[in-house]
Amino acid sequence: MNFFFNLGRYILLMRRVFSKPDDSREYFKAIGKEIVFIGYNSLLIVFVISFFIGAVITIQTAYNMTNPILPTYLVGLGTRDSMILEFSSTIVAIVLAGKVGSSIASQIGTMRVTEQIDALEIMGVNSASFLISPKIIASLCTFPILCLLSMVVGIFGGWIAGEFTGAVSSDQYIYGIQYMFIPYYMVYSVIKSVFFGVIITSISSYFGYFTTGGALEVGQSSTKAVVNSTLVVLLFNLILTSILL
Amino acid sequence: MIEIQNISKSFRNTQVLFDISTSFEEGKVNLIIGQSGSGKTVLLKSIVGLHEVDAGNIFFHGRNFTTMSFKERKEIRKEIGMVFQGGALFDSSTLEENVMFPLRMFANMSVEEARERANFCLKRVEVENRNNLYPAEISGGMQKRVAIARAIALNPKYLFCDEPNSGLDPRTAIVIDNLIKEIITEYNITCVVNTHDMNSVMEIGDKIVFIYQGKKWWEGKRDEIWETNNVELNDFVFASELYKKIRKSKL
Ligand SMILES: Nc1ncnc2c1ncn2[C@@H]1O[C@H](COP(=O)(O)OP(=O)(O)OP(=O)(O)O)[C@@H](O)[C@H]1O
Ligand SMILES: [Mg+2]
Repeated sequence: MNFFFNLGRYILLMRRVFSKPDDSREYFKAIGKEIVFIGYNSLLIVFVISFFIGAVITIQTAYNMTNPILPTYLVGLGTRDSMILEFSSTIVAIVLAGKVGSSIASQIGTMRVTEQIDALEIMGVNSASFLISPKIIASLCTFPILCLLSMVVGIFGGWIAGEFTGAVSSDQYIYGIQYMFIPYYMVYSVIKSVFFGVIITSISSYFGYFTTGGALEVGQSSTKAVVNSTLVVLLFNLILTSILL
Repeated sequence: MIEIQNISKSFRNTQVLFDISTSFEEGKVNLIIGQSGSGKTVLLKSIVGLHEVDAGNIFFHGRNFTTMSFKERKEIRKEIGMVFQGGALFDSSTLEENVMFPLRMFANMSVEEARERANFCLKRVEVENRNNLYPAEISGGMQKRVAIARAIALNPKYLFCDEPNSGLDPRTAIVIDNLIKEIITEYNITCVVNTHDMNSVMEIGDKIVFIYQGKKWWEGKRDEIWETNNVELNDFVFASELYKKIRKSKL
């Protein structure tokens, strides 16, 4: 019951979000702000986790490949495909659900409980569209870029790790990451990241927008936003993978 | 002139407002008074359409607000300024940006014109040289005043204030009361103020509507309060020893 209630209300909210904006100037300004907030401010965390995971995948693949028949360049291939297929889109999205999702929900939730949303409505502003659509548009622009950067940084991390630990030589790794490269995998990953961006920003906005009460409830909304957007990301990961691959 | 007729409002199973009718004249300070939890905020928000009423009609200069479409309401909303109980300033914008916001959104002004108007309004409420501070960086009284500046930026025909001076010291409270009084007589605004501050009632109240447990219990002029026999109103107004004494000396 609760699920259908939320789904219905979510759909109605999204209809208001995508109605015609009141004033395009203010919207463009807001989109710029959100691109900085969602994209630029997430660069560091995406770089750090991608680098380390790329490094760890390389080392683990190398240590697990004890069979001498297998050439070591396969380590490079393994790192490349793990990063591209799954990590840079899905795992990065889950990390961003925690970082971006929780702050969107608490920002909008705070605006709700302190009557800032009422203040917008009373001025005649469509608050749903004004607050939420710039975030969704910004996520459409930034998530694919974050995803691509994560691939590059992760594969680079694997290279550094292979070099330093001696797990795989530089030549072998670089040969490996080019070996049997399928460009479509990147397209697949970028498409997923676009979906995940919209899922995270819209679901987090939803939970923030319908916060009632006070500071305590803002915290609860923020938790709900993270949990639910993570679950939906995982669900869509399954659906998109079965459609696209 | 705002007229409300037979307004009722409930949330899920609890009814908050019961069949309230009254009218608010322009250029006068109309006060809604009542205990905490009596339904003042809900009444104010129902009048402006932030809550949908279950029954009843609301007229803004004869225009029936309750039956309007979203679009028609939007036009009236542009004539409304509102000061919320907590100020409700946008906390990610500076004070100047807060006051400029409605101007930039609806007035078709250039940035410069909007800034000029915003500065005029800020000056009007005596908040100067603080344009680039954020709401969290100024005191509560100043936040209320900036909220008033934002509410009057578009020259509203209707001004609603929800407890504009709650939580303020008596002197600042009076400054804000007088400010509201001046502004609405100056621009002939129809103004409705929620309050449970007896000083405001005595200082600026032209018409007073007393809400008790969600019902209109009494209405009248300020001076009539001294003589009324309404038990609940007396309990509310003359709760403090000070006001009891004042009444004794008056009668
Ligand atoms: N959104 C809501 N959902 C359910 N009940 C509500 C809602 N808003 C208000 N109420 C209930 O309506 C009643 C009146 O609340 P209201 O906020 O109007 O009081 P008030 O007179 O403004 O009090 P105060 O002086 O403390 O601001 C309260 O009992 C409150 O619990
Ligand atoms: Mg109230």
